[in-house]
Amino acid sequence: MGSLKVNLCGIELSNPIIPASGTFGYGYEYAELYDINELGTFSFKGTTKDPRFGNPTPRIAECYAGMINAVGLQNPGVEKVISEELPKLKACFNKPVMANVSGFSIEDYAYTCERLDKEEQVGWLEVNVSCPNVHGGGMSFGTQPEAAAAVTRAVKAVTTKPVIIKLSPNVTDIVSIAKACEDAGADGISLINTMLGMRINLRTRKPVIANKMGGFSGPAIFPVAVRMVYQVANAVSIPVVGMGGVSSAEDVIEMMLAGATAVEVGAANLVNPYVCRDIVRDLPRVMEKYGINNLNEIIGGAK
Amino acid sequence: MKQSIFTIVSNEALTDSVYKMILAGDTSDITNCGQFVNIQLDGMYLRRPISVCDYDDETLTIVYKVVGKGTEAMSAMGAGVKLDILTGLGNGYDLTLSGDKPVLLGGGVGVPPMYNLAKKLRELGKEVKVILGFNVKSEIFYEEEFKALGCDVTVTTVDGSYGTKGFVTDALPEDYTYFYTCGPEPMLKAVYRASKTSGQMSFEERMGCGFGACMGCSCKTLTGYKRICKDGPVMKKEEILWEA
Repeated sequence: MGSLKVNLCGIELSNPIIPASGTFGYGYEYAELYDINELGTFSFKGTTKDPRFGNPTPRIAECYAGMINAVGLQNPGVEKVISEELPKLKACFNKPVMANVSGFSIEDYAYTCERLDKEEQVGWLEVNVSCPNVHGGGMSFGTQPEAAAAVTRAVKAVTTKPVIIKLSPNVTDIVSIAKACEDAGADGISLINTMLGMRINLRTRKPVIANKMGGFSGPAIFPVAVRMVYQVANAVSIPVVGMGGVSSAEDVIEMMLAGATAVEVGAANLVNPYVCRDIVRDLPRVMEKYGINNLNEIIGGAK
Repeated sequence: MKQSIFTIVSNEALTDSVYKMILAGDTSDITNCGQFVNIQLDGMYLRRPISVCDYDDETLTIVYKVVGKGTEAMSAMGAGVKLDILTGLGNGYDLTLSGDKPVLLGGGVGVPPMYNLAKKLRELGKEVKVILGFNVKSEIFYEEEFKALGCDVTVTTVDGSYGTKGFVTDALPEDYTYFYTCGPEPMLKAVYRASKTSGQMSFEERMGCGFGACMGCSCKTLTGYKRICKDGPVMKKEEILWEA
């Protein structure tokens, strides 16, 4: 059997599969279903300085080959994440976890990252400058190279853990933003967050989602994600984590050929709660089919 | 929660738009009345959450209304079709609080989860009053099924075409120990206001996953934020916070 091991910013993963933030809670819901230590790691629910309820409901709309969500970063706040969620996570997961962080100011990001930096189980900080569902923060930092770089610098100043900046696809030139983050000291880039989308109910003539718009995810966005991962991976020299519509082991291989060192799986978890485990187990078969002995050989292999 | 494959045994129309589907499969994770299942359908991305109407060791019964493409596709399915279903979702009703004379109020497609609840309460020897609310006579289903359980059944119709004219709350008895209800939100609010005792209500919301992972169906309660799918769908009257 070929090797599934990859190295993400200095930390070895037993395989490149990472459930994406917001689709996996703090892990323990899924640990009731299977041993989540089978995963490379997972990115926990987006955490902010203060507790947040998020947006009004409906927060979910179905689409062809995907869905829109406008949850709005519901989370108990970093202090409760540390005191209540991480102990529960530790009980079912014995690997380094990826801590996903959001904020509404540069100070927010730095504060939350500094608190999580002290947590032994946190392996990476995935800094979300790309949430489309909150006003006055999140994505606004990820749409300007200077703002994304400023968040990166502020976070790097308070942590020694690897910092991965999670980028939005809702921009004109994602490469310039990725490069600005790299220049500001980012250890990795993850992309893509959801694409801004909208559905309208024909009967009520109103948007399906209470917040009107939300983040579109699922298999429909996969080609866009592959394209953006390819563009960014060819422009930076730091590792890229690819995500966006990934639903199968074949998708993982494609994302890695585009340049991803590791691959996150999001919406698919909500439809098939076992999908990440199934992908990990299916990878050796797909690797053999395509003559891959070691996953590291194929990272960025598409020229 | 369990993911498994069920096979349709029968699928029949009860009214113009309400269907009863009996499925054979592994029901071992369905542990309580008031829970729901989440059904995967070909060509649709998200699963369809449907309340459990009844279940035993081998079969699951759901009664669903055709409201969109998913339930329309379900209505056309025949015996033998296999469906990927997540079972054992949600908390369900707490039977221990019922007292001796509980009243059950079901409105429209909120009627089905009342059925297994009524069955269980009858098995416990309770004197069960059931009020089933519909808009018009042609929408009525399951009146005889509840009567066969030995429940005292009243049907209300908004237009008075059958039974008591008005809403379920117009038929609330003088004397009852507790209430259980499921139905559209305006009905739940009316029951909340009209009820003289404590009780439990089952809520509905658009869901992403149905098992507590995505926070798509969160609501605020007097006891904190809850997920309709995981911490609900049943809430106690004392914890409900109605927002404008």
